[in-house]
Amino acid sequence: MEFCNCIDPQMPADDLLVKYQYISDFFIALAYFSIPLELIYFVKKSAVFPYKWVLVQFGAFIVLCGATHLINLWTFVIHSRTVAIVMTTAKVLTAVVSCATALMLVHIIPDLLSVKTRELFLKNKAAELDREMGLIRTQEETGRHVRMLTHEIRSTLHRHTILKTTLVELGRTLGLEECALWMPTRTGLELQLSYTLRQQNPVGYTVPIHLPVIDQVFSSNKAVTISHNCPVARLRPYAGKYMPGSVVAVRVPLLDLSNFQIYDWPEVSTRNYALMVLMLPSDSARQWHVHELELVEVVADQVAVALSHAAILEESMRARDQLMEQNVALDLARREAETAIRARNDFLAVMNHEMRTPMHAVIALSSLLQETDLTAEQRLMVETILKSSNLLATLINDVLDLSRLEDGSLQLEATTFNLHSLFREVLNLIKPVASVKKLSLTPHLASDLPMYAIGDENRLMQTILNVVGNAVKFSKEGCISITAFVAKPESFRDARIPDFLPVPSDSHFYLRVQVKDSGSGINPQDIPKLFTKFAQNQSLTTRNPAGSGLGLAICRRFVNLMEGHIWIESEGIGKGCTATFIVKLGIADRSNELKLPFVPKVPGNPVHGCTHFAGLKVLVMDDNGVSRTVTKGLLMHLGCDVTTASSSEECLGVVSVEHEVVFMEVCTGLDGYELAVRLHEKFTKHQDRPLMVALTGNTKRVTKENCMRVGMDGLILKPISVDKMRGVLSELLERRVLFETV
Amino acid sequence: MDVGQMQRQWIDYTKPLFFEGFLDGQFLQLQQLQDENNPDFVVEVVSLFFEDSERLLKDLTFALDQNVVDFKKVDAHVHQLKGSSSSIGAQRVKNACIAFRNFCEEQNTDACLRCLQQVKQEYCLVKNKLETLFRIEQQIVAAGGSIPTELSFSG
Repeated sequence: MEFCNCIDPQMPADDLLVKYQYISDFFIALAYFSIPLELIYFVKKSAVFPYKWVLVQFGAFIVLCGATHLINLWTFVIHSRTVAIVMTTAKVLTAVVSCATALMLVHIIPDLLSVKTRELFLKNKAAELDREMGLIRTQEETGRHVRMLTHEIRSTLHRHTILKTTLVELGRTLGLEECALWMPTRTGLELQLSYTLRQQNPVGYTVPIHLPVIDQVFSSNKAVTISHNCPVARLRPYAGKYMPGSVVAVRVPLLDLSNFQIYDWPEVSTRNYALMVLMLPSDSARQWHVHELELVEVVADQVAVALSHAAILEESMRARDQLMEQNVALDLARREAETAIRARNDFLAVMNHEMRTPMHAVIALSSLLQETDLTAEQRLMVETILKSSNLLATLINDVLDLSRLEDGSLQLEATTFNLHSLFREVLNLIKPVASVKKLSLTPHLASDLPMYAIGDENRLMQTILNVVGNAVKFSKEGCISITAFVAKPESFRDARIPDFLPVPSDSHFYLRVQVKDSGSGINPQDIPKLFTKFAQNQSLTTRNPAGSGLGLAICRRFVNLMEGHIWIESEGIGKGCTATFIVKLGIADRSNELKLPFVPKVPGNPVHGCTHFAGLKVLVMDDNGVSRTVTKGLLMHLGCDVTTASSSEECLGVVSVEHEVVFMEVCTGLDGYELAVRLHEKFTKHQDRPLMVALTGNTKRVTKENCMRVGMDGLILKPISVDKMRGVLSELLERRVLFETV
Repeated sequence: MDVGQMQRQWIDYTKPLFFEGFLDGQFLQLQQLQDENNPDFVVEVVSLFFEDSERLLKDLTFALDQNVVDFKKVDAHVHQLKGSSSSIGAQRVKNACIAFRNFCEEQNTDACLRCLQQVKQEYCLVKNKLETLFRIEQQIVAAGGSIPTELSFSG
């Protein structure tokens, strides 16, 4: 027996079965070898596969399985021991690798499963994001629509356009079938169809405002779905076959000008609303989306704002037109008033002139009369005539002044005068009249009444005369007492003069004058009217036809200008009356006494050709020959040594340090002012310079200002009498300045 | 006629001149200025006035005759005339000048011409009156009398 190393198979070989096994093993081995190849190919293709190591393991496992099956092919026949060993090795290896693989698989399959889950999750997330994107896009588009609509609506201030545009744009944006606006009527009880989208001219179709559905819409600021059967929604004939489109209504607040507070948006309970109705196309199965409703609400608010702007604009345009009209009317009235004032001033000026002329004649003739030989009695009479005429001249001035008083342009003079002699003069003037009426005058001047005071002597005298004159006028009998004293501060706190609060000071005192009469008295009710211009006391008209009613009005104005107060008291008809006034006067010290101003009073000495001007060198400059000759004659009559010049150049050529005074005419055409300036330049030393006095017929106020401006020393008015010139010269030489009131 | 009668005649002639407004107080002033040192003062001044006025009136006529009237010049002339007349007391002439000046301001040629007529008229009147007065005065002086200085208005 031969001993071989072959191994016999365990089972007897069944040929067919063996054949099949042989073939199967062969194919298995083939498959097992090709699978890893495929795997490697696919892995190479996809880069992301994370489990390469597993694949390698798997590949090894499959290769070894394949190898095993391949080697198995040799075991079907008698085979050598080597084959058996190889077989065994292959099997062992296979077993190891497959166990390792099995263990590995346990590890990685959960991972693979979770990958799948994550994939599903991500897919869901992506779908959600897509949905949200869709929503945002819709909202953004809505926003764009609103902005565009708002822009359209706000781009015009015309009411009609605003509303029409709203409807058109809304219709376009939302694709509406019909859109309408119902406005409240004037009565506020109905809504009227005012604007529609499709129909051109809505006929005045109205519905009552208090329908429940309308109330519902008005009560909320949201868009409310309404039924298409409701009267506001029946806008067009129903044309669709199926469902008519869904209808929505929203309120549009109509804001009034008066609703706006400064800081907060108007919150009012009773407000006017209009109704906007929007209808989706019928047969479209569209529904109102939330974002569309929001769009509608926003638009409704914007329309409200735009309408209110339009209303404000209309209002302001109307106001502006009204103002323009008023302006024109006021302008006209102002011009008329100015014309009237000018006419009045012209009239006054002319009248004034006409009145002054005869006055001058009287004054001139009376002063002439004074210069003649008269008995003492006659002299007294002439003096009184002169004083009265001077007073009358002042009164005439005051008629012009009254208008100036009212314009506020009157200025009081402030000169030193003798207070005691003023009262004496008043009494002298009144005594004749009083004695004719058999009234007794009892004056009482307080002992502490200063001798001299500073104030406007003429006007004070006028005031006292007026008051005393009234007392005399309205008394038929009895006595009239006149008291004058210095008012003490305590007496100021008088119940009768509550508004008067005088301030005592060292340089001023308050003069209080009281005139009491026992005459016919005045009804207390009429007292306020007394001081009104031209208002006559009715009960006294018959007795006093001459009174013009101006007196007290002028007095009050003078007293007010003198920072004082005047009032009248009476207990009634027949019980007499008391007139009192307080005025502020300056305290004069003795040194002021001598500087008495030039007042048109008659000088005491009627002596011809007063000689203390003897040889006074005077220069007269006037281009009018006649005027020059007259002035020269006048000055020569007073004893002066007169040189004349007919122009400024001539004057400058002739003037010298010896001339004491230069009289110059300063009206237009002459450079009198220029001359003054040149004289100033020529005579730099003050004592060399002659006194420069303007002697002119020009009575404008500006003349005086101009004279002062160029540094002239005086201004006197032509025509001038001998006496006046005498007084002027003495004053000039003494005080070195003299400006007459123009 | 004796001196007394002539003096009365002078008074009777003079008083109406004042009452009718031909002369005003300024004329009296002039008369006052006439004394021994200056015996012909009034006549001198009045003659000067006559010369001046005649010249001015001629200039005014010429100026208003132009096609284009220079109102400034016209106004200046009238102003001079006004000054002269007021200096001697020719009241009516002066008043006419004042009215004239207003129309000058308005530049109203027709009215100015009318005013010029008026002024000329008044001037002629006052000139006549004054010349008559001077004649009477000369007669009085020639007869050895003196011109009355008192004008009593009581009569």
